[in-house]
Amino acid sequence: SVTGACQAIQKLTRVRVVDNSTLGNTPYHRPPKCIHVYNKTGVGKVGDKILLAIKGEKKKALIVGHKMPGSSMTPRFDSNNVVLIEDNGNPIGTRIKTPIPYTLRKREGEFSKVLAIARNFV
Amino acid sequence: RVSSDGKPPKFQPPPKPVIIDRKTQKEERRFLSPEFIPPRGRTDPLKYYIERKDMIQRRKVFNIPEFYVGHVLAVTTADPYASAKSNRFVGICIQRGGKGLGATFVLRNVIEDQGVEICYELYSPRIQAIEVLKLEKRLDDNLMYLRDALPEYSTFDVNMKPVSRMDHEEIPVNKLQVRMKPKPWSKRWERPKYNIKGIKFELPEHKMKAAQKWTQPWLEFDMLREYDTSKIEEKIRKELSEELEK
Repeated sequence: SVTGACQAIQKLTRVRVVDNSTLGNTPYHRPPKCIHVYNKTGVGKVGDKILLAIKGEKKKALIVGHKMPGSSMTPRFDSNNVVLIEDNGNPIGTRIKTPIPYTLRKREGEFSKVLAIARNFV
Repeated sequence: RVSSDGKPPKFQPPPKPVIIDRKTQKEERRFLSPEFIPPRGRTDPLKYYIERKDMIQRRKVFNIPEFYVGHVLAVTTADPYASAKSNRFVGICIQRGGKGLGATFVLRNVIEDQGVEICYELYSPRIQAIEVLKLEKRLDDNLMYLRDALPEYSTFDVNMKPVSRMDHEEIPVNKLQVRMKPKPWSKRWERPKYNIKGIKFELPEHKMKAAQKWTQPWLEFDMLREYDTSKIEEKIRKELSEELEK
């Protein structure tokens, strides 16, 4: 049986890649899983970088939404969403259709390229 | 008619108009927002009185419309990181929680195949406008099961126009029975503890019977859980009407 998806993102959570990159969208017999969270605590929230294992490769990614309820006025998504990213912060895909929370704009400096390819904001 | 004496026929006064006094009828049904009613406990009522004063102050400045769970609302909040500094979200209200100034409501919508829920605080100064787009009550007080229902039941058009309301008396109840995604669900909604009437359960008979094992028929007769709010509500309604007229 399959366990229910975990709320905030930590090691071994299955995530959903949300951009239109080939690596994220080609089907594979194993779902993409988080193997490390670049954080003091091992729990990743919106705006944290994580290491993902996709199709037998390791790739960094940025969390753009999780199932865990945050503070009020922040959106809560129905799936743990993630955008694939290079080591220097450049996104691999070219478009993000799913809505992204406005709180990511706070760190405009680090995520400017990801925010540039995002279409909808919540 | 032909007059008998050649005089004009006797003056018939017009029928008296029937005056329906709408004011007295309106006063019978008044909506009291659930966050005004204090929870049952041993705290000093002075705390709730002070909170109510603050809530009334906020309501004088900003209009919070009457709404129930199941209404479709559009909320504009002030956001420093949004373009034009304000952010509009449309969604169906699935839950109203909290008492006093911390009263919250959760709006749900499905945008681009992604379900989004936002929990707003009613009395937060960041909220700039609340519009009710569609008025309809549902069969339940808590629509959390929409998370496990098919996404078509939670999608609402972001640009939908407010549906006009003809009668100022009744709010229509939508007796929609929602179809669910296949199990597993986030909560076991078929159990009697949730008492949900708005789902069309397509589960086999033996599963529905097995769920009835968890009924607690003694709960409705439990006297320690009784909380009669009618007198408290009357007092608060009087207080509200006095303060808002000032």
